[in-house]
Formats: sequence, C-alpha cells, structure tokens
Amino acid sequence: MKLSLQNVVKRFGTHTVIDRVTLELDGVHCLALIGPSGGGKSTLLRIIAGLEYPNSGSVAVNGKPIEYHDEALLRHRRSVGTVFQAFNLFPHLTALKNITLPLEKVHGRSKAEALDLAETTLRRFQLLDHSHKKPAELSGGQRQRVAIARAIAIKPQVVLLDEPTSALDPEMTAEVLELIEELKQEGRDLLLVTHEMGFARRLADRVALLANGTIAEIGPPEQIFGEPQSEITRSFLSRVLKY
Amino acid sequence: MIETWRDLILAPDGARGDTPPPTIAKVLNSALALVLLTGLVWVCLVSLHVDWSIVWDVRTALFSGWLVTLKLTAAALVFSTLGGFVLALGQRSFVLPVRYFSKVLVEIVRSTPLLVLIFLLWYGLGGALGISNDWRYIMGVFTISLFEAAYISEIFRAGIESVGKSQIESARAIGFTRPQIYRYVIIPQAFRQVLPPLVGQLVSLIKDSSLLSVIAIPELTQSAQQASSNNYDNLETYFALALGYLVLTIPISLWSRWLERRFKYET
Repeated sequence: MKLSLQNVVKRFGTHTVIDRVTLELDGVHCLALIGPSGGGKSTLLRIIAGLEYPNSGSVAVNGKPIEYHDEALLRHRRSVGTVFQAFNLFPHLTALKNITLPLEKVHGRSKAEALDLAETTLRRFQLLDHSHKKPAELSGGQRQRVAIARAIAIKPQVVLLDEPTSALDPEMTAEVLELIEELKQEGRDLLLVTHEMGFARRLADRVALLANGTIAEIGPPEQIFGEPQSEITRSFLSRVLKY
Repeated sequence: MIETWRDLILAPDGARGDTPPPTIAKVLNSALALVLLTGLVWVCLVSLHVDWSIVWDVRTALFSGWLVTLKLTAAALVFSTLGGFVLALGQRSFVLPVRYFSKVLVEIVRSTPLLVLIFLLWYGLGGALGISNDWRYIMGVFTISLFEAAYISEIFRAGIESVGKSQIESARAIGFTRPQIYRYVIIPQAFRQVLPPLVGQLVSLIKDSSLLSVIAIPELTQSAQQASSNNYDNLETYFALALGYLVLTIPISLWSRWLERRFKYET
C-alpha cells in the first residue's frame, strides 16, 4: 500500500487532535499505529477511512488523493474495509445477512453472487456454522471475526482496524489476532490501531507512535521496540510494557 | 404455590415485583376488580331506574355512528402514522427550514388542547378557505390526524434516537448513503422500540375522535348525544356509547400489551 499524508490537521473545537501530521509510505503491507489514549490514533484512522474531514492537509491512498466532499467520500469508504472496536454488526440481521447486505445494496452484486461470496468468506474463517445466528447469539470474538469477514468480502484496497480487540477478553483477542495475521499472510494491506504491543511488533512492517497529535516516531518494529529513538516512545513503551 | 391467604393478596418478593403472581391470584384479583366496578355501576343503574329499551330504540342511529367512528379512525390511523413519520424525519432534516417547521408545528400542536384545535381548524382554517359542509369529514380526519401525528412523531423520534451511534457509524463506514442508513439500519431497529407506544397512541386516537362531535360529525358520540336529546334520557345511551368505544380499544390495548411482552424477551 501507498499512503501519503501532508500536513493533516484535525481540530474538535479548540482542541487540536491531529497536528500537522506528514507521512510518506510506499510498499508497506501493515502499518501499526500505537501510542497513548487521546494521542490521535483513532482520529487519524477515521480520516483515512473517510469518516472524518480534516481541517486542512491532504491524504492519498495508493496514489489517489481523498477528496473531502460527500460524494467522493462515499466512493472512498466503499473502497476500504473498516472494523471498529465493537458493535460493528447490525443486531437485527444474521451474520450472513450482515455480509450480504452491503454487497447487494452498496456494491451492486446480485443476490446469488452476494450469498456465494459471503459463504465463501465465512467458510474460510470457520464461521459458516454461525451464519444464521444474530450478533447477540455470537461470542465477542466471533462477532469481530464476522465484522472482519464483512470488511474483506468487498475486496477492499486496504483494511482499517481500529482497536479490533480492545473490547475482548484474552482468549477471544487471540482468535481475532490470528485471523488478522492470516489476512497479512494473504497479502492484504492493513492499517491497525492497537494496544497489543506484541502483536504490533510481530505483524507490522512499519510502526508509528502517535502522541499529542503528532508522529513522535516511525520506523520498523525492530527500531521502535528495540532501539527507540524518541524519548516519548521510550517512556510510552516503558509504561505499557511494565506489567 | 399458594400456601397462605397472603399469597393471594400480596405479590411475591414484596416491592420488587419481578416475579409474576400465581395464576390463581391473578384471576381472583382481576375478577374482584370487575365485580367491584360492575357492582358500583349496578347500584347507580338500579337507583336510576334504567330502561334499556331506550337504547334498543336508537340502535340503528348508534350503529351508524359507530361505523362512522370506525371509518374516521381507520383513516386517521393511517394518516397520523404517515404524518408522524414525515414529521419525525422532518425534525432530523439537513434542510433547516424543514427541520424547524417540523419542530415548531409539533410543539404548537402538542401544546394545544384537541378541542381547541378542532375549533380553530374548522372555524378558522375551514372558514378562511370557505369550505363547504361536504368537507366536514375530511377536516375531521385531518384535524385528528395532525393532532396524533405530533405525538407519534415524538414516538418515532425517540425510536430513531434509540439506535446507537455506533450502528450509524458502522453503516457510514460500509458506504451506505443516508437514505440507505435509514432504510436498512435505523428503521428496522427503531421499529421494535416504537411499536408498543405507537399502538398505545392509536388507542388514544380512537378515544380522542369522540371530540369531533363538537363540529357535528355524526360519529358515535354525536349520534349518542343526538339520540339522548331526542328522548330526554342520557344514561342508557351513554352506557352504550362507552361500550362502543371499548369494543374498539380493548383489543388494540391487549395487542399492545402482547407486543410489549414479546419484544421485551427478545432483547
């Protein structure tokens, strides 16, 4: 994936959440965003997902600049797969319907095509037995895996994951992380906001640490976790890796 | 189950009331309430020397009034639900004149007594437009639909707002357009929240329609008034009047209770 951010600024009222972030990446398959809460990780992901307008600056994904107006944003959102921390699935629809609905209504697939694609995806993630269950009947881990399946089924150019395991217990976290690792091995491009340091270290080929709305440090995981250059990175890692 | 007399008059768990009382206690206590109420009515009726033949004599007039009420409320039921839906969406519109028109209209209608609204629309609006007598029914249906629509729009609004922000966020991320978000995400989820209070409001609509008698629409109440003023005897006819409304409202009330229970178990 190619990702280019130029002087991106996002303010909520007087509070600057993203402060002139500039980033140029090429040939990266998995970018992990880490950093303290309130540092701007999720906001940055939401800007890249086309869910939030930056106040200034520009963003381009795979060489294509995101135009920040309603129609273009709709097209952009349809080209990426976004998975949030929780409540991704629609509770009134079965797992299968959750996947086929966007395929049919957003991507214009026929009923049969959508069904086929959804079942193939669910089978690959060992979720086919659960396809007729509603989200309330699934475990938290299963719900997140179905949400990821839904994001993948549309064949997105990049998958954006916003703390996909933060609401899960350790066992369920493991099943979701395994699935994300599989996606990486399949060669999908991922952008991941996470608090799972071990996972970021193992999976990412580039790690960026966001604090106070700026990128404090960016580099390969060996650098960030092995020889961090920035004082902010060192103090953040010493705090989160203490226990 | 039933061990002492206390089990018949006190609900289990005292004040918490989350365990339903035993069936026998339910039946006995409901029967007791019915006996008390009918007893009271009976005493009144006996002391007043009622004569049911009066009601029998005006049965055709009452029945035709009942039919008018049925038609009026059936039409108003449809229009008030549609109107409530439009006003609820209007209050959330991006177009500010539409949003504020809906808000102001709902507030004004909800703050006006129905009786006053009926007079204002019939003599005011109707008078200004110079509409003829043939429009009486249409104005009646319009007035009652507008009045109930204001309340129903608030029910819908609460239902729409009950759908979590994260759901809408998820729908946006998928790339649904705004109408699609309503169609596929908000409305199906709001529906179950809205159904019991909506049905309750429709019961009110039926009862409220009795006020249309003041602009001489020959619905059930008007027919009963007409009949009783002809023979200078009120009570028997009004008794029949109450029954006429009960026949319409009780089934709907029971249906609403049933819906409420059904949807409670699903969540």
